[in-house]
Amino acid sequence: MGVQSSIAIQASGLIKIFGGDRAVDGLDLTVPAGVVHGFLGPNGAGKTTTIRMLSTLLRPDGGTATVFGHDVVNEADAVRGRISLTGQFVSTDEQLTGVENLVLVARLLGHSWRDARARATELIEAFGLADAADRLVRNYSGGMRRRLDIAASIVATPDLLFLDEPTAGLDPHSRNQVWDIVRALVAADTTVLLTTQYLDEADQLADRITVIAKGRVIAEGTPGELKSSVGVGALNVRLKEPGQRPEAERLLARVLAVPIHLESDPAALSARISDPERVAHALAELTRSGVRLGDFALGQPSLDEVFLALTGHRQDAGTEAAEDGAGADVP
Amino acid sequence: MTAPTTSQHPPVTLHRVLSVRTRPKRPGPLAASLTHFWRAMRTFQHFPAQLIDIVVFPFIFLVVFTYLFGGAISGSTGDYLQNFVPGILVQTVVMMSVYTGTSLNGDITKGIHDRFRTLPFWQPATLVGNLLGDAVRYTIALTITLLLGLALGFRPDGVPGVLVAFLLMMFFAFAVSWIFTAMGVVASRPETVSTTSMMVMFPLVFASNIFVPTDSLPGWMEAFVKVNPISHVTTASRGLMHGNADAGDIALTLATSGALIAVSAPLAVYMYANKNKH
Repeated sequence: MGVQSSIAIQASGLIKIFGGDRAVDGLDLTVPAGVVHGFLGPNGAGKTTTIRMLSTLLRPDGGTATVFGHDVVNEADAVRGRISLTGQFVSTDEQLTGVENLVLVARLLGHSWRDARARATELIEAFGLADAADRLVRNYSGGMRRRLDIAASIVATPDLLFLDEPTAGLDPHSRNQVWDIVRALVAADTTVLLTTQYLDEADQLADRITVIAKGRVIAEGTPGELKSSVGVGALNVRLKEPGQRPEAERLLARVLAVPIHLESDPAALSARISDPERVAHALAELTRSGVRLGDFALGQPSLDEVFLALTGHRQDAGTEAAEDGAGADVP
Repeated sequence: MTAPTTSQHPPVTLHRVLSVRTRPKRPGPLAASLTHFWRAMRTFQHFPAQLIDIVVFPFIFLVVFTYLFGGAISGSTGDYLQNFVPGILVQTVVMMSVYTGTSLNGDITKGIHDRFRTLPFWQPATLVGNLLGDAVRYTIALTITLLLGLALGFRPDGVPGVLVAFLLMMFFAFAVSWIFTAMGVVASRPETVSTTSMMVMFPLVFASNIFVPTDSLPGWMEAFVKVNPISHVTTASRGLMHGNADAGDIALTLATSGALIAVSAPLAVYMYANKNKH
C-alpha cells in the first residue's frame, strides 16, 4: 500500500568526516519497508549524523545510500517526497500555537489554506492536543512538544519516518504516548527508523536492531538475538550480613560458573548469567549454607551490558558477538 | 482544565489521519513566500510586546536628545526637532534590520530550519517571507515614531514627501538587512548576530549627521561622517520631508542600497541554500 519498493533504506559504506573525526565510518544498513528498525548506539556513535545523511540534510563524504530506490544525493527531492524527520531537537516554532505550526507545514507542502486548516485540526485532535491547539508551543510540556513535532512530520503521511531519540527526556507517560504513535504509524504502513539509547525502547518497538559504535555497525539482529548474545541478564543479590559476602561469592561462582562482580554496596553482588535454571540452584545453595538473603533480582541486560559485551568481544575475538547475535551484516 | 469532551462526532483516530496518503502539488514560490509572511505576522500578533521594544528606543532618544541637547545644538528644541526626527526615523529602521538576522539565526539553531529543509517548497521563500514581514514592522515603527515627533513639534512640509522618505528609508534598511541575513546564516547563536551587529551599527549611527550638524566636528570625524551612508539617507530624508530634496543624496542612497543588495543578497541566499550541505 503506497510502498512500491520493498527496501526502504539501503546504505553501503557511508562515511562522514567532521574535521579529522570520522563520525560515520563505512556504515552499512538495510531496512525493509513496513517495519520499525531500531538504530542504537551511545552518544557520539554517529546515529544522528547517519540520519541526517539519509534524510538529505547532510551530504555523505563517501559511500552511497538510497531511500525507496532514490539516491539521497542525486535524487534528494524524490527522497524528500517520501520521508519525514523528527529530529532530536524539537523543530516546531515555539512562538506559534500548535495548530498554527501544523498549518505552516501543511501550507509549505502545498495545501490550500482551507485544506491546511482542516488537516491541522484533525492532526491536533488525533494527537490528543485539541485542548492546547490555540496555546503557544513555548507553553507546551516536553511530551506535548514531542507529539506536536511528530504530528508535523506526518502532515503528509510519509512512507519512511526518521525518529531521532523521540523519547529522550520524556516522563514515562509521555513516552508511552510516543510509543503508541509509533505503533500506529507502522500499522498504517509507514517504515520507521528509530534511534534510541534505550534498549528497552527498541525492545518494545523494533522488529530489528542495528547497534553502532564509533560510526560502524557492531551488531544487528532482532531484540531477542541481541540480548541472547549477552546472556539472559544480570542476577543482583543483596545479603543481610555484609560479612557473608566472601562465602556468597564463592558459592555463586561455583554454581553459576561465571565471574561474580562485587558491587560498591558491601552487601551486594551481581553476575551476568545465561541460564536462569542455574540461578534457582545457586539461590537455593546460598540459603542451604546459611547465607541470609536481603533480596535478589533477575534483570534484563541493559544496553550498557550489550555494548560492553559487543565491544568487548569485538576487541578480544573479532566478530564473535556479531555472529552470536545472528548479525550477518557485520563486514 | 476543560470539561470532559462530549463528542458529537467520532474522535479522529491516529489510524484515520495516517490513512491519508495523497500529497498536494508542491507550492509555488509566491504561495510559499506568503506562508512565511503569514508566519511572521502571526508571531508579531502573539508578541505585541515586540512593538514596545521597537518604539521605546526612538522615543527615549527623541525626548533625551531634543530636550537635553536640542537647545544647545540648534538654539531651540523646536528647530532641533525639524532636523532630528528624520534622523531618528532612519536610526529606527536601520537598527530594526538587525532583527532579520537574529530571527533567522534562531530558526536555524533551534531546528525549525531542518523541518523547512525537508519540505518541498522553494527554499528562498523563507527569506522573502521574513523580508515582507520586516516591511510591515518598519512601517509600524516609522508611523509611531513619526507620530511622537509630530506631537513634540515636528512639522514636515507635506504628506507625499514623508511617504517618499519612508520608502527610501525602508529600501535602505532592506538593503542593510541582507548583511544581517548573511550573518544570521553563518553565526552559531542569535546573540552573536545581535552583539556583532550592534558593535558595527552603533558607531555608524552615532558617527553620522543624525544627532549633530557635521560642521561642528573635527576634520577627520567630519570626513568620516560625510562618507557614512547613514548620513546620506538622513540628508535625503530631511530634504524629502521639508520639501528641499537634493537629488544627489537620493541617488547616492539608492546606489549604496543597490550595491549592498547586489553583493549581500545573492551571498545570503547562496549560503542559506547550502547550509549544512558541505
